[in-house]
Amino acid sequence: MAEATLRVFRGDSNGGQTVDYRVPIAPGMVVLDALHHIQGHLAPDLAVRWNCKAGKCGSCSAEVNGRPRLTCKTRMDDLPQDQPITVLPMKSFPRIKDLVTDVSWNYRVNRKIPAFEPRPGTDWKISQLDVDRVQEFRKCIECFLCQDVCHVLREHDQKEKFGGPRFFVRIAGLEMHPLDGRNRNALLKDELGLGLCNITKCCTEVCPEEIRITDNAIIPLKERVVDEFYDPLTRMFRRIRGK
Amino acid sequence: MTANYETREHDVLIIGAGGAGLRASLEALAQGASVGVVCKSLLGKAHTVMAEGGIAAAMANVDTADDWKTHFRDTMRGGKFLNNWRMAQLHALESPDRVRELEQWGALFDRTEKGDILQRAFGGHTFKRLCHVGDRTGLEMIRTLQDRGVQQGIDVYMECTVTRLLTDSGRIAGAFAYWRETGRLIVFKAKSIVIATGGIGKAWRVTSNSWEYTGDGMALAYEAGAELMDMEFVQFHPTGMVWPPGVQGILVTEAVRGEGGILRNKLGERFMEKYDPKRMELSTRDVVARSIYTEVKEGRGTEHGGAYLDISQKPAEYVKKKLPSMYHQFKELADVDITKGPMEVGPTCHYVMGGIRVDAETAESTVPGLFAAGEAAAGLHGANRLGGNSLSDLLVFGRRAGLAAAQHAKRVSAPSMDNSQIESAEKELLAPFSNSGTESPYAVHRDLQELMQNLVGIFRTEADLGKALVELEKLRARAAKAGVEGSRLFNPGWHLSYDLKSMLTVSEAVAQSALARTESRGAHSRIDFPKLDPLWEKKHNIIVKEAGAMKRRESPVEEMPGELQQILAAD
Ligand SMILES: Cc1cc2nc3c(=O)[nH]c(=O)nc-3n(C[C@H](O)[C@H](O)[C@H](O)COP(=O)(O)OP(=O)(O)OC[C@H]3O[C@@H](n4cnc5c(N)ncnc54)[C@H](O)[C@@H]3O)c2cc1C
Ligand code: SF4
Ligand code: SF4
Ligand code: FES
Repeated sequence: MAEATLRVFRGDSNGGQTVDYRVPIAPGMVVLDALHHIQGHLAPDLAVRWNCKAGKCGSCSAEVNGRPRLTCKTRMDDLPQDQPITVLPMKSFPRIKDLVTDVSWNYRVNRKIPAFEPRPGTDWKISQLDVDRVQEFRKCIECFLCQDVCHVLREHDQKEKFGGPRFFVRIAGLEMHPLDGRNRNALLKDELGLGLCNITKCCTEVCPEEIRITDNAIIPLKERVVDEFYDPLTRMFRRIRGK
Repeated sequence: MTANYETREHDVLIIGAGGAGLRASLEALAQGASVGVVCKSLLGKAHTVMAEGGIAAAMANVDTADDWKTHFRDTMRGGKFLNNWRMAQLHALESPDRVRELEQWGALFDRTEKGDILQRAFGGHTFKRLCHVGDRTGLEMIRTLQDRGVQQGIDVYMECTVTRLLTDSGRIAGAFAYWRETGRLIVFKAKSIVIATGGIGKAWRVTSNSWEYTGDGMALAYEAGAELMDMEFVQFHPTGMVWPPGVQGILVTEAVRGEGGILRNKLGERFMEKYDPKRMELSTRDVVARSIYTEVKEGRGTEHGGAYLDISQKPAEYVKKKLPSMYHQFKELADVDITKGPMEVGPTCHYVMGGIRVDAETAESTVPGLFAAGEAAAGLHGANRLGGNSLSDLLVFGRRAGLAAAQHAKRVSAPSMDNSQIESAEKELLAPFSNSGTESPYAVHRDLQELMQNLVGIFRTEADLGKALVELEKLRARAAKAGVEGSRLFNPGWHLSYDLKSMLTVSEAVAQSALARTESRGAHSRIDFPKLDPLWEKKHNIIVKEAGAMKRRESPVEEMPGELQQILAAD
């Protein structure tokens, strides 16, 4: 049977190193299967998060051969087999153990975002077109791969000033909800540091849900913020129209 | 003993952060209770997130003739009349309001031309009834509940596993748990506990369920003295992926058939004509799963031992819009383009109808202060669940459980904690570290899955079930010896050694109940007793712990009031 070598980070917040494991390859196998093989046969205490094994829950994120990916959707046969496959934890978050990182910061950011609030007097009739428009943002599975890759967090560790692409996507989903009556522009500008994003599009490239984070969420939100804070005329016009 | 643990106190503690747990917590919070929610994974990753097809509610937006009576009748018929009629009635009556409420909290469903919530067809439902968002309904639901919960201020204890319920003279006093991340211990003091821990599918080899589905909630309740009911009814979903091997069992949503998908065998025959000519592919899950199994067994299966499921007759754009995640799942994991050709599918262990026995109105179990809702509770679905009836179940009975749990907490005095219970729970949890480690929990788990798959699967016999019970005993002995390597820091091998105990408990409950029920009904098929037995239509199987051992009893099915019987008789 064919075999591959997985070079997996083993360690915790104090440090660690990569360890090589030989794993038998079956047809259609994904990196998460290989990690499970290691757990079941070679290293029972290898720490990995996962749930659905079908790209639906966003638990199994890691950096495979240097690229942030869902390990349950990364096929072994798509990776070069003649060299070790490296599997490292997401770099932007503090390490806990092996491939498991501390993503609690994301949950703290989320708490700052006011939830949906319907406009008064709505009759709950919505057109499918409006649903389709926001659907893209609501697909997010919170894998945090976009957060991992974004240089504002990864290289500059601006976690106190910057919400990160995941939460711009979330806010886009709320702001473009056809019946939402809230305004989150000040939050975007002041607390979540939307201005720090310089539109490199790295987040869009890694999103497993193929959300066009930069073009469809971030840029329109930037426009809204500009309209509100730097363009009084549009702002007045918006007020009159009721949004 | 000095405290090796931190302590937290809540009026209501909710174990589980899926749809049922989150809905319960919102309701308890609305009642003014202090609420804690504990879950094994990160918030938002519970099974509910994976639900695809939709949520059943007789809103009559598409088929205007639909009403709660028809939904009630469909649910009872699908469950082969073993359902708790009152639960089925409440569920049918209340689910439309629960869906509307979700919408008011920000969930966005697909729409009809008129702008109302769109509903699709599903197996066993007379009318188009499933509210949905493409094929990611569960994601929309869990995010909506989660974000509302966060905003309302629930305390969530993520990646924290409860391993023991604590009692005070037979009533609930709290729970003992550990943090998965650090391995540190935590004790919760609570007047009411709601179990919303989901199912048990991880005890089978081919399953759509995740590592979380080890039956913890049922095992916890059982150990605390609660009754389990109808555990023999385990649903095998007819359509799981069969190829490649790594993805075996992953769910192919019933929405594929709801949107017009056709099943064929390798000869190209539309075999459902033989098994259920009236409802065809949209027959109930038990029937479709057995039909596929039979086709394969009789040599008409596909190359990898399944059936073909084909939706490619529909326009490619339509398929991609209505079933986007199926499209991607097959494209990425199986190199199949479902807009061009058929998928290969076969039965996969999916859902358990049985669970903790609860009161229909309050969701309270037989232990005072202990409530249960969602997949962990029994009653609503009887012998077979209809697709879409789980998500609605979570909302209807999650809300009821949260309400009753908060009211209970207001009524009762603070329970006292018994240190000896805490000490013994700690000892049990840490025992694997002192085992010499000749046995691996992973190996025991693999063998358990093989055993349940082969001996307690879709078709059952007395001989197989008897053998399963003997083998389970051996596995239990092996599990007790399983050791772990490494430290308490995020150690999956150690975590599994606890989960194994739950799986062994529920597996035994399933096998015992299945052995006793000498008939075939819904999801429970006995080769040696292939027919419905009218006597068994009147009986539930009850599992309880007595004098340290698992005991089975029978309990009569509650008589249905005349007006509901009339609804059932109508057509
Ligand atoms: C792939 C898939 C698709 C499905 N599609 C549909 C569908 O379209 N329509 C439908 O109606 N149903 C569907 N179902 C079924 C439905 O999704 C589940 O039955 C339902 O989501 C269960 O919800 P729950 O709230 O009971 O439990 P879950 O959502 O599973 O939540 C269980 C919670 O309990 C926690 N927990 C468990 N044990 C412990 C412990 N010991 N300590 C602490 N916490 C614990 C877990 O961490 C988790 O948070 C589907 C199921 C699957 C697997
Ligand atoms: S586009 Fe903006 S948010 Fe996305 S990675 Fe680049 S800087 Fe970060
Ligand atoms: S936006 Fe995409 S990459 Fe970012 S968390 Fe959501 S699914 Fe993951
Ligand atoms: S395990 Fe759920 S996305 Fe990978």
